[in-house]
Amino acid sequence: MISKNNSKIGDTIIILVFIILIMLCIIPMMNVFSRSLSSSSALVRNEVGIWPRGLNFDAFRAVSNDPKYFRSLIWTVILTLICTLFSLFLTVCCAYPFVYKQLKGRRIINTMLIFTMYFSAGTIPNFLLMKSLGLLDHPLVLIIPSALSVYNMILMRSFFYGLSDSLRESAEMDGAGPLRVLTSIYLPLSKPALATIALFYAVSRWNGYGDALVFMNNAREWYPIQLLLYNIQQDTQSIEITLQEGFAPPGLPQAVRAATVVIATIPILCVYPFLQKYFVQGVTLGAVKE
Amino acid sequence: MEAYQSNNPSNGARKRDNSGKFYKNMLHLKRYGTLYLLLIIPFAQILLFRYTPMINILAGFKKNQFLWPLFERPWADNYGFEFFIKAFQDQYFLEALRNTFMLNILDLVLGFPIPIILALLLNELRYMKFKRFTQTVLYMPHFLSWVIIASLATQVFASRGIVNNFLGTSIPFLQSPINWVFTYIFVGIWASMGWNTIIYLASITAINPELYEAAAVDGAKRFRMMWHVTLPGIRPVIVILLILSLGRILGTDFERIMAMRNPLVFEYSDTISVYVYNMGIRGMQQSLAAAVGLFQSVVSVVFLLMANTIAKRFGERGIL
Repeated sequence: MISKNNSKIGDTIIILVFIILIMLCIIPMMNVFSRSLSSSSALVRNEVGIWPRGLNFDAFRAVSNDPKYFRSLIWTVILTLICTLFSLFLTVCCAYPFVYKQLKGRRIINTMLIFTMYFSAGTIPNFLLMKSLGLLDHPLVLIIPSALSVYNMILMRSFFYGLSDSLRESAEMDGAGPLRVLTSIYLPLSKPALATIALFYAVSRWNGYGDALVFMNNAREWYPIQLLLYNIQQDTQSIEITLQEGFAPPGLPQAVRAATVVIATIPILCVYPFLQKYFVQGVTLGAVKE
Repeated sequence: MEAYQSNNPSNGARKRDNSGKFYKNMLHLKRYGTLYLLLIIPFAQILLFRYTPMINILAGFKKNQFLWPLFERPWADNYGFEFFIKAFQDQYFLEALRNTFMLNILDLVLGFPIPIILALLLNELRYMKFKRFTQTVLYMPHFLSWVIIASLATQVFASRGIVNNFLGTSIPFLQSPINWVFTYIFVGIWASMGWNTIIYLASITAINPELYEAAAVDGAKRFRMMWHVTLPGIRPVIVILLILSLGRILGTDFERIMAMRNPLVFEYSDTISVYVYNMGIRGMQQSLAAAVGLFQSVVSVVFLLMANTIAKRFGERGIL
């Protein structure tokens, strides 16, 4: 029906557009990657494009020998694990009861949750709250306040809604209580959704630094990696502060900057392609309105 | 007497009814009590970290004695609105307000259509392996933090960076304020274009295939089908996302702007979020910052509601 020639030209144009876009996404990453592996003289002469020049690992060695950076990296790994588990726990606890239509106050609780998505008190009121709770400059401020994302809760809930009621009802006939139904039916069936939401939480904790910037600017020993990178990035102009952060390998700073970027990025880039099928499903679930 | 007699049986019935209700409630609690227990922790978390800060909004209406406990501070002048008035007399705030509008409107005008176009084009890709690979690559920037993206941008767009080398120029992409604005918008689009196609692609798959068949019978070619079938098919989703982004017109992604700004472009880069941070957290103007933050939240909600009403008037499903 569709004339072959016409559609072939169309196909070629579309493929060309996407090839350009792919290059647009990959080249900056390759550029940084090759900078991190290039010799400082090649960097100074501005020769580094997509491939490394004067291949060496000095920058990575400099980074891994720096205790501050290493410590922050380990701490962020631990932090991300704790946050993801805690957030998953809260999300499931919050989403699961909504499956039961008998639950009283279901609507009002739902409205209260949704409201927080559109109206927030703002930075200063939050800051005052953290201050009065004694959480300022405390590592817990990175874990508890942002633990539950209502958006992710709605994703989880939509997935639970999608599971058939008859499964639950037959389990209830056999005398299983809500908790039993959750652990032996709902959770095992929700592995894809759990994986997606875990990824979302993990990514937002690994990448987030706004809360750390506002709430724990004075607790240098608890800086997550992104805040450390942020400070380095803001201060590369002034060597003084770079020294303070512990970064002053002479002749290397450009490569070191690139290396820090690479190290802070690799973990996530290694994981997300394998979860693609799931998170695409997850985002799609979020479109289901209640 | 008559009234008493007629009341009596109904009283008894109510009593019985009440005890029945009590019994039913107990049964309900026995059967579903665990559900309430499950809800308590997340609900308490939301109450504590989303609702109690709303009390602290008071800071915007009180004098700026931030070493005192909030409730002991004296009220601000002008019936508590001293700092709202002060904000609108502050050149820095007016600049921040202008910048917020400017950056968000540019983001909306230049950035909003791109994921739609990309989704339409992705939908036309017939080589499934290439399609999947393209998607994987285009989703990647969503998984990078703003610090990383900004760091990439400063290296790639440096005056001796790879872009200028490629063009054989030395354009100050990040140093001159006007250029910075467009670099900021471009980088934002780069970071979000792939991820934002997901929702459109999902709604494209929900379009009834019969519509395409009917269009083909009518002799429609590919482009016409895209224009007359696919695009109208995803219109409700486009409208919802448009409403949501209008609701964010006064908000800024704090992490994005903090990572992307640099001292040479402060006159265009400092938005309301940055203003609040600089005045209230870094500076000593807590009341002023709280007032501005409240202004921002309220205006955002108003914009959201307005967009929602307008969409509904045009016969679209809104978000509320």
